[in-house]
Amino acid sequence: MHTSTPVSEALRRKRSRDMGETVIRYLLLLCGLVSIATTIAIVVILFWESVQFFRDPLVSVWEFLTDTEWTPLFTEKHFGVWPLVVGTLMTSVIALAVALPLGLLSAIYLSEYASARTRSILKPILEILAGIPTVVYGYFALLFVTPALQKIIPNLAGFNAISPGIVMGIMILPMVSSLSEDALHAVPRALRDAGYGLGATKFEVATQIVVPAALSGIAASFILAVSRAVGETMIVAIAAGQRPVLTFDPRQPIQTMTAYIVQVSLGDTPAGSLAYKTIFAVAFLLFLMTLSLNVASHFIVRRYRQRYE
Amino acid sequence: MTTLHDTVFEAQLARRRLKGRLFELVALIAITIALTSLALLFLDVLYDGLGRLNWQFLTSYPSRRASRAGFLPAIVGSIYMVGLMVLFAFPVGVGAAIYLEEYAPKNWLTDLIQINIANLAGVPSIIYGLLGLEFFARVLGAWTGGRSLLTGALTMALLVMPIVIISAREAIRAVPNSIRLAAIGLGATRWQVVRDHVLPYAMPGILTGTILAVSRAIGETAPLITIGALTYVAFLPDGLRSQFTVMPIQIFNWISRPQSAFHENAAAGIIVLLAILLSMNALAVFLRYRFEQRLKG
Repeated sequence: MHTSTPVSEALRRKRSRDMGETVIRYLLLLCGLVSIATTIAIVVILFWESVQFFRDPLVSVWEFLTDTEWTPLFTEKHFGVWPLVVGTLMTSVIALAVALPLGLLSAIYLSEYASARTRSILKPILEILAGIPTVVYGYFALLFVTPALQKIIPNLAGFNAISPGIVMGIMILPMVSSLSEDALHAVPRALRDAGYGLGATKFEVATQIVVPAALSGIAASFILAVSRAVGETMIVAIAAGQRPVLTFDPRQPIQTMTAYIVQVSLGDTPAGSLAYKTIFAVAFLLFLMTLSLNVASHFIVRRYRQRYE
Repeated sequence: MTTLHDTVFEAQLARRRLKGRLFELVALIAITIALTSLALLFLDVLYDGLGRLNWQFLTSYPSRRASRAGFLPAIVGSIYMVGLMVLFAFPVGVGAAIYLEEYAPKNWLTDLIQINIANLAGVPSIIYGLLGLEFFARVLGAWTGGRSLLTGALTMALLVMPIVIISAREAIRAVPNSIRLAAIGLGATRWQVVRDHVLPYAMPGILTGTILAVSRAIGETAPLITIGALTYVAFLPDGLRSQFTVMPIQIFNWISRPQSAFHENAAAGIIVLLAILLSMNALAVFLRYRFEQRLKG
């Protein structure tokens, strides 16, 4: 007759507990793998639908990359992506012209000039700017900034690249200032003191010692800002217009890559149609652009970061 | 007695100091521009929308007449969508964070997961929308019901996952190692350590990150447009596979109309949206403060 001794009972419990531990361990690993699956799904879907797009007899990769007309929704179809790319670059350049200088100057002010008290008030307020939904910025660009600019700039169309560009710059500014300030803040005090010891003024220490020492972090924040600007959707979809025409005049309505995707998504485009596939081809190009920017930013931080201990 | 050298130096020093003061002024102006824009944005929205914001607006369905249109389906849709999203994003995100902090060996797979999460955080939100459209709405359409609440919540869960993981990892990393060692010393298994000691300790930090993820999701528009959340919804969602709208999409719809009466509706909607977001952010700041106090104590 079998009786369970305390020892075998404890062993049995330990074994079932060990099995539970293993199950949990693999469940947790599975959670981690969800992120990998997400990336694979994004790449596969964008790539697959883009291949379908380029397989269409009406389309060729060559035309996509060289034609200067984008009219996939018209009867007379052209599939040159340049108008969208130029529109994207134009709003991005305007945004960066606002965000980079203002963001870096704000960061220098917060890190080098502001008192601890001022800093503790200003930083959270800047973070509010970063948390405002982009659709709200779109409203602000279309119904406040554009009418205001129309009083200054003659011939400014109701939809244009300038106004959403500026507003997008305001939106990205907190990201630039926050990341740059982290980099400036990480520069050790000894470097600053050495500068003061040599008789440098505060301005000279800030611009000739601290900023160069933090340059990798600042550069990384700039590149991330470019990536944000290129991928930003709602501000340009609302305020920049829906006119994919190759122009370098920022006063005219244009269309960005993201705004095109929104336009097609809002319409009744049947899945599998050519117009449906175009948004994946455009998105694939967008994904490649932002991915390379993000990787470049990552690389710069890794490669050029000065470690101060 | 001053030499010629000294006077030159003094003159130059005055100029250098002046340059420094000018720079400080320029930097101050830069940050003032940022803060002024924020103030202008708030004032503009309040000026346009406050007159329209009333009980009727909060409790009505959309309408072709701007003065009778309301925000109710959008508010309810946002709450359902975000609540459902948290059910997916919280366990998976926190699980991934626990794995990376407490279990993961140092190998290529762990490195890959980490780099991958950092990269996912930089993918434009509209691309998540296309992922949702193709995968959740089309491939899994038989289960999700196509362009449904469930599809929206799943898409949004993937979008905010990096935020949840990154902030949960920080919170878990901040738990002192002595707590783990004490529990292990008493014979606790790894999971018992995590469940009974690490997680309760890290929970305020994890919740802070989750709130930030939720406030990101509440404001997101683009991915829900691509998966096809409707812009005109005169009903409340009645299930996971129901069609739906959310606050930013309703606002976008009102902005895109030419009549200025609808723009007032958009502004009123924005006030509601911002009020919700700001109170959530305040809650996150409060939780973070409590968390820091507790770690000090």
